[in-house]
Amino acid sequence: MTTVAMPRAAPLGGLARTVIAFGLGLLALVLFLAVAGFDVAASLEALWRGAFGSRYAILSATLVRAVPLLILGLAFALGARAGGLNIGMEGQFAAGAIAATWVGVSVAGAPAAMALPATLLAGVIAGALWMAVPVLLRARFGVTEVISTLLLNFVAEAAVSWAVSGPLQESARTYPQSDPIALAARLPRLLPTERIHLGLVVALLLAIGMAVFFHRTRAGFALKAAGAAPEAARIVGRVRITPVVVLALLGSGALAGLGGAVEVSGVSHALYQRLSPGYGFTAIAVALLGRLRPGAIVIAALLFGALEAGAGAMQRDAGVPAVAVMVVQAVVLLAMVMGTRESR
Amino acid sequence: MHALLGENGAGKTTLMRIAYGLEIPDRGEIEVGSESRTASRERLASPREARALGIGMVHQHFTSIPAFTVAENVALAAGWRETGRRAMSRAREVIDRLGLPLDPGAVTRDLSVQLRQRLEIVQALAAEARVLLLDEPTAVLAPPEVAELVNVIRRFAAQGGAVVLITHKLREVALVADRVTVLRDGRVALTGSVGAFDPRALSAAMIGDDPALAETRRVSDTAEHEPRISIAPADQEPIVLRAGEIVGVAAVEGNGQRELLRAIAGVDSSPPGLSLTVSGSVAFIPEDRTTEALIGEFTLVENQALGHLDRLPRWLDWGAIARDADAVIRDHDVRTTGSAVAAATLSGGNQQKFVLGRALGRDPEIVIAENPTRGLDIRATGAVHGRLREAAGRGACVLVHSSDLDEVIALADRLLVMHAGVLQELPRVASRSAIGDAMLGLSREPR
Repeated sequence: MTTVAMPRAAPLGGLARTVIAFGLGLLALVLFLAVAGFDVAASLEALWRGAFGSRYAILSATLVRAVPLLILGLAFALGARAGGLNIGMEGQFAAGAIAATWVGVSVAGAPAAMALPATLLAGVIAGALWMAVPVLLRARFGVTEVISTLLLNFVAEAAVSWAVSGPLQESARTYPQSDPIALAARLPRLLPTERIHLGLVVALLLAIGMAVFFHRTRAGFALKAAGAAPEAARIVGRVRITPVVVLALLGSGALAGLGGAVEVSGVSHALYQRLSPGYGFTAIAVALLGRLRPGAIVIAALLFGALEAGAGAMQRDAGVPAVAVMVVQAVVLLAMVMGTRESR
Repeated sequence: MHALLGENGAGKTTLMRIAYGLEIPDRGEIEVGSESRTASRERLASPREARALGIGMVHQHFTSIPAFTVAENVALAAGWRETGRRAMSRAREVIDRLGLPLDPGAVTRDLSVQLRQRLEIVQALAAEARVLLLDEPTAVLAPPEVAELVNVIRRFAAQGGAVVLITHKLREVALVADRVTVLRDGRVALTGSVGAFDPRALSAAMIGDDPALAETRRVSDTAEHEPRISIAPADQEPIVLRAGEIVGVAAVEGNGQRELLRAIAGVDSSPPGLSLTVSGSVAFIPEDRTTEALIGEFTLVENQALGHLDRLPRWLDWGAIARDADAVIRDHDVRTTGSAVAAATLSGGNQQKFVLGRALGRDPEIVIAENPTRGLDIRATGAVHGRLREAAGRGACVLVHSSDLDEVIALADRLLVMHAGVLQELPRVASRSAIGDAMLGLSREPR
């Protein structure tokens, strides 16, 4: 006679949800374009051209944007699978970018075998440190990381402004930007004429590593159990919940910091304000669209990378503001959150 | 007074929820009242309508709001417009009329389990109810409190009210009911006056055939067996539990037994003032299988891994884990379409069989179980009891707490009673009333 109040399996298969969510997002974009009076066919054509229409579009635009989205999407998934919601990836990304720029500028003259790892490692450490404050607040005082990580985004934004007009400002002291980092600190391009860089390989290796961690290791299983049902994990699985969540969130911050370092080292080669066009938030949609699974996040990152790349072309060729693609992002987020009955 | 009996999932609660307007029936009619006031219709649209027709319901789980006062909860349940002082005085009138002593100004959160149960009944009766539906109201009560509840129900019936009592306990039927109906698979299997049936006939109607009577284990002399658990209160002789024993803990909810069992199981820290010595591997079967023992959206294979996580190697061998899960399913007769389905898709009884099988699979030296048969039907309960006896037969020290005193008595070789955090051992032959008194702290027999 006891009613069983357990989360039931979602009525739709996971993959179907992903496809429907993305389809709804595109549909919303079409509706938006039509209602706003744009030429729908021309706009979508420009979007497609900018994303997949040429060798350049794929290798120098879509994939280049997919790299930070993939790394940050994995970062979000690592925290979320353990039951921690890292909304502060934008901030950790910025912290990682600042640290990577600082190291990247300072290592001029060092061999690439040292300069490049040092630059990326600086981003990892900075991201983890930026996350340390919210983690400490959660573990010690139960402050929800959703708020604390979000608030630290604004602090990070201010820190970038301060850095590029202060200690890291270019030698010429003209613009609020840093000097370019040393050649040795840059991620090499995969093809001489295209912008796609070694960071893609790094990101894909991270995805594979995380998939193996989740599926094959005891620690990864414990992390998933802690996130899915902390009481059951603690009582039956004998998992110590707090250390697991702390480590997962620190790892999430570290990965987001790495994302910032990879962007500086592989794309911008310098620090300036608004380095990220909101990657830290778009990546939440990426991770949710990928149902927090590393393999699916790769696909989701590619789709959103294409949208970001196509948005530019749509603005240029069809006069549609690039922010229109945020409609897709918003609808995907809503659809995925509604599809999973619990928001975690 | 009408008792409604039936196995798990027979449809007892569903039927009552239909009568209370909470569920919408596929077909059929509900008639409320007699020739004078017949409100016959296809269905009741809502509990509000049910209450307007004089139907009150006491649910399996508490429905009062902990932060509200007693008066506020009564006002809310009865749909009064009065608030504050006026609601308070009206609630006092109702409480006096019903003869159920309760302080209308008390905050519900501060009430004991028994008083909260009493509040549930006041809530149900406050709106001039003439029909009272009770869904397993005695699950959390000790025998004297059950007796009090029975008195209240009798008085209500004597004043012209009708009562439907859902229960699992055959003893209660004989104790309180005038008539009885047994449901099986949503159909009436038997109905009539209580005097016309003996317990065996009721039991047979519930499950379809004669249940095997709980076999009594031959209690061998375990005094020389290896000690497994020693519980030493500050200034008393320790109570030593040994290999091969089934030790029952009887206690009313909230008297520290949960903390004690969990401390022995190693999932929580020791309560102050007790020193525990536990030697041997421990398997723990927590009370709430849906939130503490299983992860609903995980497959049975993954739940198998969860139960043995601390013994698994760093790199998981899912093939081996799946074979273990399949073995549990096979050996413990878990009804499922396979080990790759989500645990939430299993019925409560099959979930519990899986939980038990998983825990016993490691051949633990100590088994700790909290309410291992809560919500299970007779058949599943028998299976769980059999497994616990088997474990003891293999030499495990089994420590069981149940809120159902009958279960403790049926299972235990030795009997411990806990009241207000104090543990005492009673002789195996203690009478039910002696045990009940000890559970309520009315007596403390010298040990």
